[in-house]
Amino acid sequence: MTEEIINVNGLTKIYSGGVLAVDHISFKVYEGEIFALLGPNGAGKSTTIGMLNTSLKPTEGEAVIAGYSVKDEPSKVRSIIGVVPQEFSADEDLTGWENITLIGYLYGLPKEVVKQRAIELLQTVGLYNVKDKKVETYSGGMRRRLEISMGLINRPKVLFLDEPTLGLDVQTRAAIWEYILRLKKDYNMTIFLTTHYLEEADAYGDRVAIIDHGKILVIGKPDELKRSVTWDTISIEITGSYDSVKQVLSTLPQVKEVNFIDGQIMIKVVDGPTAIPGVVSAINSVGQEVKRLSLNRPSLDEVYMYYTGKSMRDESMSKEEAFALRRTLRRARS
Amino acid sequence: MSYKRLSPLHGLWALTNRELKKWYKEPVILLLSLVQPILWIGIFGKAMNFANMFQSASLEIPGLTIPKQIIDEIGSLVLKQTFGTTDYFSFLAVGMLSFIVLFTSMSSGMTIVWDRRLGFLGKLLTTPVPRGSIIVSKVIASIVKSLVQATIILLIGVLLGLRFSFGIIAPVAFLLTYLSLFLLSFGFSSLFLMLALRSTRWETQMAIMNLLNMPLLFSSNSFYPISSMPWWLKPVALANPLTYANAVSRWALLGITPSASLLLSLTYLVTFAVTFTALGITLSWRYLSL
Repeated sequence: MTEEIINVNGLTKIYSGGVLAVDHISFKVYEGEIFALLGPNGAGKSTTIGMLNTSLKPTEGEAVIAGYSVKDEPSKVRSIIGVVPQEFSADEDLTGWENITLIGYLYGLPKEVVKQRAIELLQTVGLYNVKDKKVETYSGGMRRRLEISMGLINRPKVLFLDEPTLGLDVQTRAAIWEYILRLKKDYNMTIFLTTHYLEEADAYGDRVAIIDHGKILVIGKPDELKRSVTWDTISIEITGSYDSVKQVLSTLPQVKEVNFIDGQIMIKVVDGPTAIPGVVSAINSVGQEVKRLSLNRPSLDEVYMYYTGKSMRDESMSKEEAFALRRTLRRARS
Repeated sequence: MSYKRLSPLHGLWALTNRELKKWYKEPVILLLSLVQPILWIGIFGKAMNFANMFQSASLEIPGLTIPKQIIDEIGSLVLKQTFGTTDYFSFLAVGMLSFIVLFTSMSSGMTIVWDRRLGFLGKLLTTPVPRGSIIVSKVIASIVKSLVQATIILLIGVLLGLRFSFGIIAPVAFLLTYLSLFLLSFGFSSLFLMLALRSTRWETQMAIMNLLNMPLLFSSNSFYPISSMPWWLKPVALANPLTYANAVSRWALLGITPSASLLLSLTYLVTFAVTFTALGITLSWRYLSL
């Protein structure tokens, strides 16, 4: 977990129209972690992932993946990474089997290895029994599973997942994540992820980076980030009057703020779970009883709002992007 | 997986195979693309019957009766001098071989536009397959398609009355014909792929194809010999690779003496193919990206 596998330094992309999509970003990703990149549409997520997976050339700066430079040794980088694009990329006219083996051959793997790995991967993602059906007959969840298995045929060190659950329903999303986590464990990979779903980054991401207007605003563990911008809230109902406990609560070290709203005492605290015992015993110490207590911890949404100043917003995109997104969503829901 | 050096040709066959699979799994599209040249041979070739026009009847000019035999003789001579043969149908049918090759090769550019649009190209670019292989696989697939289509047209031509009059022993004649069609397809496939490298709109690609197909066809010797063209069209026809492919195949299959020498024709076709393929591969390294 301490060995760095991706090292990004001053990476910048200016498109030919003069649009500054990514503005001198720097960060490190460590071996074995799930690193989630969050940001609104047009924030630079896809451009960043595009430069890291070598499909886009950086204008400035450098990124090194497992010791290989994306600028100078792109084909070496390509052979050690796996990419699951946001768009469905499998050829619809071919079968699942034909698609995954084709990608295997593009990595220069021998025939027997490709076949053996394809069988193994398709079994893991539960597509082995439909492998000889054309991809156009697959559902959205099946397509996404196929894309993920295609991204793993070369046993990559780093897997890039660009919006892996876009457009899927909640149950399918959970199932996809189950597959991702299982494969991550089986193959001991590092995962670089972009997502729209904050709860996914929160639940699965070891570290999260928030990007907006091409700049990284903050990087950290989800819990740390949440703690850094806002406090947990303990809501308490007590038997006696509010005034009797206000004084004693305010003096507790973890308590930041005490308010009385709608018959409830709302206490903002640092690290809720460890603060609760102190709060309860303080109330008991002045002869009051706790009738009801609940703890509300902030989600990553609050963190996101705090740094980007907006909730997940929708921005205008190019005609091609819109076409690709519509297509992906349409197929995902089929 | 750690990095190991890959052969520069790895993945080429897998990609070519993909293109061909997509093609032969859709026989309807294959058959539809044959309709146009068949109609040209079947309708135009049969109706535009120069032999009939020149040889059908005797002429009655007042005070002078020319016997049919003489008319026929003169007609044959005129045809022979114009087309190099008295059999216009065969002349046109062989010309249609390069026509189908041109049309099939032109559509190679469309496949790259669709691959880009449908996300497949994006995925391809993240794999270590050489950029040149992406282009070359499409060129090879396009050549295979073109030659198969040309063979079907040739067979239909024979069924409709194409008569061979080989300029050289038959196996060599066919070999030369296929060689010239191969080179023609090589060059045109690379050219149209090159034009499509950066294109994101299939409409643009369609427009380019529609803009160029008829002018390329009619500024060649596919329908009529260069000698009958107006002076300003001749240089265009002489620059048009179709002219040389037709010249070679008409000489080989029909024994028609080409206006340019055989060697020159083949050299021209080789240069055409090599230039555009080299250009296509070079440009793909630089410009084939998302």
